[in-house]
Amino acid sequence: MLSYASKRILIGIVTLLAASILVFAVLEVVPGDPARLMLGMNATEDAVRTLQEQMGLNQPLVVRYLRWLGGLLTGDLGRSYTYSVPVISLIIERVAVSLPLALISLILSTAIAIPVGLFSAARRGTFCDTVTMGVAQVGVAIPNFWFALLLVYVFAVTLRLVPAGGFPGWNTGLWPGLKSLILPSVALALPQAAILARVTRSALLDVLGEDYIRTARAKGLTHRKVLYGHALRNALIPVLTILGLQFAFLLAGTIIIENVFYLPGLGRLVFQAITQRDLIVVEGVVMVLVAAVIFVNLLVDLSYAIIDPRLRSRS
Amino acid sequence: MALLEIKDLSLTIGAFLALKSIDLAIEPGEIRALVGESGSGKSMTALSIMKLLPSGARAEGQIRFNGRDILAASEAEMCMLRGDDIGMVFQEPMTALNPVKTIGEQVAEGIRLHTRATRAVAQERTRSILDRVGLPTAKFPLGRYPHELSGGQRQRVVIAIACALKPKLLIADEPTTALDVVLQAQILDLLQSLVDEEKMGLLLISHDLAVVADMAHSITILRHGEVMDNGETTRILTEQIHPYTRQLAQASMHVPERTNRPHPPTHGPLLSVRNLGRSYRGSRSGWFSRSDDTKAVDDVSFDLQPGQSMALVGRSGCGKSTLARMILALDRPTAGEIQFGNQRIDGLKEDALRPVRQNMQVVFQDPYGSFNPRHKAERLVSEPLYLLDRPLSPTEKRDRVDTALERVGIPRQDRDKYPHEFSGGQRQRLAIARAIITEPKLIVADEPVSALDVSIRAQILDLFADLNRRLGIAYLLITHDLAVARAITDTLMVMSEGKIVERGDTEEVLRNPQSDAGRALVQASPDLHKALARRIGEQG
Amino acid sequence: MNASTAWHENLSKALANRSFLVGLIITSLLALMAALSFVWTPYGVGTFDIIGKLKPPSAAHWLGTDHFGRDILSMIMVGSRNSIAVAFVSVVIGMGLGVPLGLWAAARGGVTDELLMRFNDLVFAFPALLSAVMITAVFGPGAINAIIAIGIFNIPVFARVARGAALSLWPREYILAARASGKGAARITVEHILPNVANLLVVQGTIQFSLGILAEAGLSYVGLGSQPPMPSWGRMLFEAQTMISLAPHMALFAGLAIVITVLGLNLLGDGLRDVLDPKLRRER
Repeated sequence: MLSYASKRILIGIVTLLAASILVFAVLEVVPGDPARLMLGMNATEDAVRTLQEQMGLNQPLVVRYLRWLGGLLTGDLGRSYTYSVPVISLIIERVAVSLPLALISLILSTAIAIPVGLFSAARRGTFCDTVTMGVAQVGVAIPNFWFALLLVYVFAVTLRLVPAGGFPGWNTGLWPGLKSLILPSVALALPQAAILARVTRSALLDVLGEDYIRTARAKGLTHRKVLYGHALRNALIPVLTILGLQFAFLLAGTIIIENVFYLPGLGRLVFQAITQRDLIVVEGVVMVLVAAVIFVNLLVDLSYAIIDPRLRSRS
Repeated sequence: MALLEIKDLSLTIGAFLALKSIDLAIEPGEIRALVGESGSGKSMTALSIMKLLPSGARAEGQIRFNGRDILAASEAEMCMLRGDDIGMVFQEPMTALNPVKTIGEQVAEGIRLHTRATRAVAQERTRSILDRVGLPTAKFPLGRYPHELSGGQRQRVVIAIACALKPKLLIADEPTTALDVVLQAQILDLLQSLVDEEKMGLLLISHDLAVVADMAHSITILRHGEVMDNGETTRILTEQIHPYTRQLAQASMHVPERTNRPHPPTHGPLLSVRNLGRSYRGSRSGWFSRSDDTKAVDDVSFDLQPGQSMALVGRSGCGKSTLARMILALDRPTAGEIQFGNQRIDGLKEDALRPVRQNMQVVFQDPYGSFNPRHKAERLVSEPLYLLDRPLSPTEKRDRVDTALERVGIPRQDRDKYPHEFSGGQRQRLAIARAIITEPKLIVADEPVSALDVSIRAQILDLFADLNRRLGIAYLLITHDLAVARAITDTLMVMSEGKIVERGDTEEVLRNPQSDAGRALVQASPDLHKALARRIGEQG
Repeated sequence: MNASTAWHENLSKALANRSFLVGLIITSLLALMAALSFVWTPYGVGTFDIIGKLKPPSAAHWLGTDHFGRDILSMIMVGSRNSIAVAFVSVVIGMGLGVPLGLWAAARGGVTDELLMRFNDLVFAFPALLSAVMITAVFGPGAINAIIAIGIFNIPVFARVARGAALSLWPREYILAARASGKGAARITVEHILPNVANLLVVQGTIQFSLGILAEAGLSYVGLGSQPPMPSWGRMLFEAQTMISLAPHMALFAGLAIVITVLGLNLLGDGLRDVLDPKLRRER
């Protein structure tokens, strides 16, 4: 049955394929010959030609794309010429920093935003609501990397509670690793939480104006029960949409934040690769990040169906 | 002692005085109708009793329910009353249920809240009440979601929620306005039997006297937040002492003056429809299969003579609007042909349609949605002039607009107003002005008065009748309201499940319908005359 | 009542709205500052003063000096040009391409519409920063990169807003009446759809403008945006980072400039939405 879920999965796969073509095509048009770049300016023409043949650079574009795609599917993203290791092992090493960072921030921002949104919506128009939303309005305007700088100044430079940057590696233990992720996650999470709290509040207020809320109140449910029992679940749909979009911004944010805190994550990797023109690494990292965004949006689409029965039954 | 007693109740919302010192009482087992046009304050009265008023509303006076002072009651006390001793049914069944919860959950919720019953006991009671309102669990399992039910079925669920705990007072705020007449009759029957069984008091709110005349013991008539008239139904409706009551009753029974003129011998029909069909592709049920196509319109044929006024009646979803859109060339038929004048028009390109469209215009139901809110009346009304072969000069254009406005009774200086500056009835006049500006031979009107208050409805029907007489415009009038059909049409077709099942002279068909669908419509139609006759007969 | 009084009514409504008023004041001051920077700044942004470097705020340098002794206020003033220009052009790109695409998809429906939605999915998979990374890998860094990257990301945003709003208008009866008056999809889109979605687009425009300011700052912070010697807020923050323990004021003021700008635009957007959309206003 071509249900909602399988249609979304199909769309996800097609999008991923289209994205791979795009990434491949963009980096194909880059001026310069990778083989020559790898060997340096002093290499002989023969050596360059041999390497070109080894890398399959003289084959037609379509063949090269299909080979690259085949590599992607089998986890072979090529070799980095600056690090002289397979790109996939570089990425796996760096994901061990970026992924926890993104996840902690996502959890943190959601854990702050939804209760704050509920709190504010329940007290619409009161002083509490006005102050909370005022703070959120400012929070939305704060760039996360600037917030990171302020956190570093207060907690690392002045109070010396946490390291200002760097990452000891997970092999030194869980706590030292986590400790160096605290400030970066907070810096990423708080501005996102501000956005999410505003969305949660306004989604709740929208829902509270619906007819079925009046029906629920006419049953004798209290304001509170209506808010938690009827409004929240309906309001989650727009909240999830924003959460999905935010994940893309969070990923982008990690790339920047890693630079603030000197964290050896994907972001640092991709910038080093750009400076060194190690395009195969750029290609790999971009593909991994794009795949992550598509995957998360697929998860969001699928969770719509869990929340909303209308999507489940629509064939 | 009265079950509900409202004394000297006034309500202000911000600076607006919504209710002015109203009195109203309901005895146990009494059905009291609260009747008034839009903005009369009837819904606000209901919400005051429930204390579910919008923020910023202030109520003064006295509401006593079962000896309890409602206005002085705390929110916690109100929560105990609501859903237990007072139940409420709302107008719009499509949005009154939470879309993400099953109907079982939504009915059981109130039962568990008020009786502290276990899940199993609550479920048992849910089953029995759903069964009682006509949704047996064998056919409608508790796990159904609202979107899997039709409008009428949803309204039954809302009634189940309101009546689950056998309240002493049931408030029904326009419970059938969003439903077609057949469903309306069914829902009113259900309410009547529930109320009789449990000796509930019922406050039945409606904008239409005819709807409540049959079942209400007593009637209160509201206008602009004030009680106009109040008393026992038969007395109120027969004596019609208060001028406003008379006005409402007359508007409800209004039949415009029409000369049933013989149609001039013509050179053939104006519109001729042959074997027309429109089917929609079935939804995908699998990778390679589809469910069967649905036929919205199925093998429809008829002729419409010049100057003839024809009604197309049927229940909602019977395909009448789809048929109208195909005739207007706004939707493409999948079978059959349409001939207008001497020309076949189905499948014509937009350019070739221009001369046809000049002679065929449309009036829609919703006077609010019919106009681009950003354009002024002159531009709105002149829109069809785009169809003329030669662009008009601004003065010619203005002359045409003025003529059209004058014909529908709108002062010409109003051409510089925006749509929101007109009332609902005036807007419908504007819509008619737009339809007649190209002097068409046919107007297709899709439920043109069903969104209007009864007194305005009567005026618009007069206008339709008048234009038919003066300009000889033929109508194809689509409606589910037989009173409207009777008022301005000569012939009538009954449509059911995409097919025309009956046709004939309007009076004839309405007096003696032959088809099942026709009979169902006629029986279900609220009719003030009949209701009164029956009441007087009962009282001897 | 005529059009000009309706307009006046809107204006007085707008000025009574606190968000709108505060937002308008902040954004006007910002625009004024950017304009002023073309003719006057307290100091030249190319003026290096090694002796007077890293000075905290003083009467001579209201916001202090940076590690080259440049006046931070002047840098912020000139830097605002860059932020505004990048964000503005990206909004223009996004609107210019996104709105016609969205309206077209809504008017055509079917396959056209489905293709647009899939195109949107694809672009949404590339956050502006990733596009900027790819573009930089190809062409090298620069302000144009930032504009293209942010602009591309704006296209599906506007396309989606325009499409969604247009789709909700198409079944309206006044559109059917226009069709019954023989008007084609293109003419209806221009005469009826566009004017009725314009408000939404203006509101979305201010939101995207403020997001553009944030994105540009992020890009120039990591070196993918405008290049030296053109001052930019993001790069000022990058340079402040290494001096954070010596001269925290360097980080403070450039950051505040971003926060105030974005806050002003967001307030303006919120206010506009309240004033222009009666439905939303009622629900508040």
